[in-house]
Amino acid sequence: MDGVSSSPMVNRSSTVIQKQVVLPWRQVLRIAFQSLKVRLSRSLITTATLALAVAFVAYTWSGYGILNALWHQADTKLQETILASGYEMAGGQFGSTPKDRWLAILSLLVCVVGIVNAQLMAVTERFREIGTYKCLGALNSFIVRIFVLEAIYQGLLGGAVGGVAGVLVGTVSLVLKFGWLVLPAWPVTTMLATLGLATLLAVVLSFLGVMYPALVAARMQPAVAMRTEQV
Amino acid sequence: MDNADDRAAAQSAGVNQDQVHNVVRLSQVTKLFRMGDNEVLALKGINLAIKAGEYISIMGPSGSGKSTLFNMIGALDKPTSGKVFIDEVDVAQLDAYELAWLRCRKIGYIFQTFNLIQVMTAMENVTLPMIFAGMTQDQYLEKGMELLRLVGLADRYQHKPSELSGGQQQRVAIARALANDPTIVLADEPTGNLDLSTGEDIINLLKMLSKERQVTIISATHDIKMINVSDRVIWIRDGLVDRIEDRDKLTVSIGKVT
Repeated sequence: MDGVSSSPMVNRSSTVIQKQVVLPWRQVLRIAFQSLKVRLSRSLITTATLALAVAFVAYTWSGYGILNALWHQADTKLQETILASGYEMAGGQFGSTPKDRWLAILSLLVCVVGIVNAQLMAVTERFREIGTYKCLGALNSFIVRIFVLEAIYQGLLGGAVGGVAGVLVGTVSLVLKFGWLVLPAWPVTTMLATLGLATLLAVVLSFLGVMYPALVAARMQPAVAMRTEQV
Repeated sequence: MDNADDRAAAQSAGVNQDQVHNVVRLSQVTKLFRMGDNEVLALKGINLAIKAGEYISIMGPSGSGKSTLFNMIGALDKPTSGKVFIDEVDVAQLDAYELAWLRCRKIGYIFQTFNLIQVMTAMENVTLPMIFAGMTQDQYLEKGMELLRLVGLADRYQHKPSELSGGQQQRVAIARALANDPTIVLADEPTGNLDLSTGEDIINLLKMLSKERQVTIISATHDIKMINVSDRVIWIRDGLVDRIEDRDKLTVSIGKVT
């Protein structure tokens, strides 16, 4: 065949070898996307977990954002209604009392645990696949690349869907409570920032959740990785 | 560098003098597994030399250390002590790139459980090692088709493993093992999950490959049918090489049994 593949092992040098085991990004994109598509129901469950966790965060954040915007446009009567319904202000802002801070941190915590757990499970199920990749000559970095890209796809999708859902539910619940005045007061930039932040959060957490098990599996001896799932 | 030169010299000498060199050599290989407080010595000091082009069967009862030995020969696991040489290169001395290179181009693996990537089609499974080896799309698609034709599955190239029978999956696995023209094909119980006649087809296919392509085939098995096609049979018992038999002697011993 070609001279490269038949060159004897003994003539190698590290740089030559590096160029001889490759996985172009185009292929990584294809493999990661396809891997999600084929395992659609399984990956949708993981993505749904992501979306739910992010929706909770986005709901909490957007509620405060809307209230803060609404407050300045509300008359005294509406302001009284808002305070009477249990929302508390601190320093002229909603969401900054200790109780509200705690709620925000809690929602973030749920998000972290939910996403990291979902991704940990999803990757652990695939240790044997990782072992097989290594048998075929994959470097650790190939495996990490494939899994990280899958995580980013899932993070983007789950984060965007969850963010939109959270903001939507937050808006609707406030409209139901305080009437249509919420809509003209709706702070577009704040909401977009919330959406962006929530999506970023999903991507980062999903990335972290995948990175750890993927690295662990990639560093295993292939035989060990393939045995893990069979036990 | 001296080391590499020595190795190069050793290999070229081997080729020049037309001696068949040892494609695999094991020296005092042991493997210890720890399971909680238990320690199991799966391999107790294996010495072995396998020449290029041989068809070797590693036989032995289950739990004898066959699969562990298979993993050592294939550089899929590290021995606890002792050395594994592939083409007279000490595997323990290789860095991650060189190991990947070795697994990608030098050795093809076949497993009892097929181990195809479930989400990929037959064609994608076969071409994956070629992608790793840096072939262009035209090259790997053409070669992938050629290999699938070789194992008789050209018309099923778009099927996923779940849409193929056990025998067909193992054929895809064989095609994948041959993707980068390896010098060694390692098979771990290749017929273990297959019925009798399908198993025989697989054995014949492996034999044909060893003859036509001069591939060294090393197969861990307890399938008696494998004996008939093997050049040598290595019997493993309790983590040690029990005996090594050549084919001519084997037919006699089979004659006795049957």
